[in-house]
Amino acid sequence: MVVDLNILIGGEAGQGVQSIGSVVARTMLRGGYEIFADQDFESRIRGGHSFTRVRVSGHPVASAIDPIDILVALNAETVEIHRKDLQPGGVIIYDGAKTGLKPQNSIIALDIPLETIAADTSGNVLMSNTVAAAATLGLLGYSFDVLADVLRQEYGRHGVKMVDDNIKAGQAGYDFGTVNRPAGFQLRLKEGKPSGKMLVTGHEALALGVLAAGCKFVAGYPMTPTTPILEFLASRGREFGLHVIQAEDEISAANMVVGAAYAGVRAMTGTSGGGFCLMVEALSLAGMTETPMVVVLGQRSGPSTGLPTRTEQGDLLFALHAGQGEFPRAILAPVDAEGAFWAAVKAFNLAEKYQTPVLIMTDHDLGNSSYLMTKPDLSKVVIDRGDILSDEEAEKAEDYRRYAFTKAGISPRAFPGQGKALVVADSDEHNERGHIVEAGEERVKMMDKRMRKNTGLAKEIEGPTIRRRENAKLNLIGWGSTAGAIAEAGGILETMGVNASVVQFNELWPFPAEAVTKVLGGANKNIVIENNYTGQLEKLIRSETGIAADARIHKYDGRAFTAEYIVNALKEEGLL
Amino acid sequence: MKVDIKEYAPGSESAWCPGCGNFGILRSVNKALVGLGLHPHQVLLVSGIGQSGKMPHYTTANVFNGLHGRPMPAAIGAKMANRELNVLVISGDGDGYGEGGNHFMHAMNRNPDLTYLVHNNQVYGLTKGQVSPTTDAGVTSKLNPEGAFHALRPLAVAVACDCSFVARGFAGEIDHLAQLIEQGVRHKGFALIEVLQPCVSFNKKNTYEWYQDRVYKLGETKYDPTDSAAAFQKALEWGDRIPIGVIYKHEREIFEDYVGVSQQTPLVRQSIDPLAVEKLFEAFT
Ligand SMILES: Cc1ncc(C[n+]2csc(CCOP(=O)(O)OP(=O)(O)O)c2C)c(N)n1
Ligand code: SF4
Repeated sequence: MVVDLNILIGGEAGQGVQSIGSVVARTMLRGGYEIFADQDFESRIRGGHSFTRVRVSGHPVASAIDPIDILVALNAETVEIHRKDLQPGGVIIYDGAKTGLKPQNSIIALDIPLETIAADTSGNVLMSNTVAAAATLGLLGYSFDVLADVLRQEYGRHGVKMVDDNIKAGQAGYDFGTVNRPAGFQLRLKEGKPSGKMLVTGHEALALGVLAAGCKFVAGYPMTPTTPILEFLASRGREFGLHVIQAEDEISAANMVVGAAYAGVRAMTGTSGGGFCLMVEALSLAGMTETPMVVVLGQRSGPSTGLPTRTEQGDLLFALHAGQGEFPRAILAPVDAEGAFWAAVKAFNLAEKYQTPVLIMTDHDLGNSSYLMTKPDLSKVVIDRGDILSDEEAEKAEDYRRYAFTKAGISPRAFPGQGKALVVADSDEHNERGHIVEAGEERVKMMDKRMRKNTGLAKEIEGPTIRRRENAKLNLIGWGSTAGAIAEAGGILETMGVNASVVQFNELWPFPAEAVTKVLGGANKNIVIENNYTGQLEKLIRSETGIAADARIHKYDGRAFTAEYIVNALKEEGLL
Repeated sequence: MKVDIKEYAPGSESAWCPGCGNFGILRSVNKALVGLGLHPHQVLLVSGIGQSGKMPHYTTANVFNGLHGRPMPAAIGAKMANRELNVLVISGDGDGYGEGGNHFMHAMNRNPDLTYLVHNNQVYGLTKGQVSPTTDAGVTSKLNPEGAFHALRPLAVAVACDCSFVARGFAGEIDHLAQLIEQGVRHKGFALIEVLQPCVSFNKKNTYEWYQDRVYKLGETKYDPTDSAAAFQKALEWGDRIPIGVIYKHEREIFEDYVGVSQQTPLVRQSIDPLAVEKLFEAFT
């Protein structure tokens, strides 16, 4: 049997939806399954409706699906909202006494007194989350031992009692699920060997990449969805010699990053569109002063405050054009957790090698969704700090020119205090020494020098990844976080007898025009799929290659694509 | 090796108006750096945009001439990256109190070990004479025909923010100002030194004579700069008599010491070890 199970846990914010999801997901991970989990929550701390979906599969998955096999309802609203997606043979798990829900003949359900079991076994109603997770696993006939291991790992740092109580509560919930399993519920899941893979959110993976890249300074200001990156880095900072500052605003954060990078450390910030608006001037400052600056731009639905906890791909052209004047920049757009890790590593290398800002574009979906990822091989992390004077050279370089004209446009860097070399950087147009100039001729020479860096930079950018299918008549094209859903849609189409190639961008600027022309320039219909209203990638492809899209699928309800959504949209457009 | 004032030669030709108060400030800065025994390569000057922002180009040092209003965060970033740098931040009343007002307040609150020099000419010089936050009430400009409304008293703001060193100098008192800068650099913590700076082109009210008639040196009075209540009063004093000298001074923990990481080796000299990340992976399996 091909395993592809969707467990949805829903309730109010603050009810433990995420923690149940996390325990279930980790237990499945330990049993060797592939996992994708996503989060859907409102911009509030208590109340409302939120849910998390854990997709458990026998093959790699990187997007959510709609049909539900197990619905864990912590309140009545969850049933109301999600019942329509319950598969035939699926089950609802709920606490009748707590939620007021009543059994119905047509629905397979398990009524379980979560809080009572928690209180009876551990004296702590908070453990009802563990009871719920354990009952789910009990229903599936999954091993309790694997769950117990996960609980030990999860609660180990809170002491022995906490672990024991959780295991007791879990055992009781598990037994309840096993003993009271509704007759109609047929699904069973056997644990296998753990794969050793990691279950990480896109933003956790990105933060791990930032640490591996040796970033030493982070300044930021909290904003969903990138705050978790800042928090993760702050929590690990001391171990890694990384200093994280919560600045007074994003203007300050971005200027701090430029100052720190000028002084010689790898530095970055993370924000969302609104904060990025405030950072734009500093981005241009980094371009002019040729300071390596890494910015993580985690998109959410705009305009303005928009849907603060929802996803969108609405900032691509903004990121591309942000900043007064013209200067080189790179834009990376990783497609999953693994991509996010390596994008962080690459971003610092590009920023330092080309002494210019590099943007990593993510979004709420990529940032908060959990992906499986093979442990990155850290021996493959290359730290390329670009052309920097050695301490001996800096000590002797009394005639140092920060902006020396070179063929590649890259002037060797030195840092203030490194030696006798004086490092003069200016946001005004300047000469080789960094002093202000106004003459047109000098301006042109310096502008040409800066822009020459684009030639090298462009060679570093990879074209889209392509999954070719024989006799394909369609190209499904996307960028960033939509990769999982688009790839899966390609698979579904294949089973329907429609072959489509999938073209996914994970690096966007300098635009890999040659590679793109090669893949999109043929006879296939080009369908660009974007989580925005106006089709920003589509515009970019057209402006850089002259290739116009034949059709487009847009989504801007703040929710991520699913494969089904894409397939249905293709049908509706008459493209199948 | 003893420092020679010649080491602080101009890096480029000045664009200031002849007679501008900035020249006096520049001389005081050079004098102070020599007095402190610092060679140019040991000094980082971070400035914003305005006439004051050009000052680093007219001496010799490491320079980061950043954005209008933003020298402070850039300086904090640089200082955090390398706490061994002697960082002086050069700003103007428009740059530092107007555009950069938010950073001003938060920098004082954080107390990083920086020296902050604000060239206060009570006018926007570079953009040709508009009023600034410190323009005396009633002074008009093309953009402000009704006149400035009410003058901000930044030194009182500084005392209220518990700034650990608050002083005022005058561009016409070069030695006195140089002394203040030396003290400010030696002070462990955030040192604000505001400088009364005549702008001969646009400020026809607050001229050299106007300031000269009014300034008096606190060092020559019985004033005690450690009393915060008295300092607040003193910081508000403006009119017939204007105090120069140290207005408020006390020691408190500096930002660099409070944040764990950079206490040891400066960040810029800490090594990069990707392999060390391995130990974090376990928690995700
Ligand atoms: C974001 C931004 N806004 C406006 C300006 C234009 N501008 C340059 S200097 C300046 C005022 C400077 O006043 P002040 O700091 O008092 O310096 P002064 O020239 O008087 O020394 C302004 C408004 C700018 N460079 N950047
Ligand atoms: S405009 Fe005023 S402040 Fe600027 S250089 Fe001239 S005199 Fe000095």
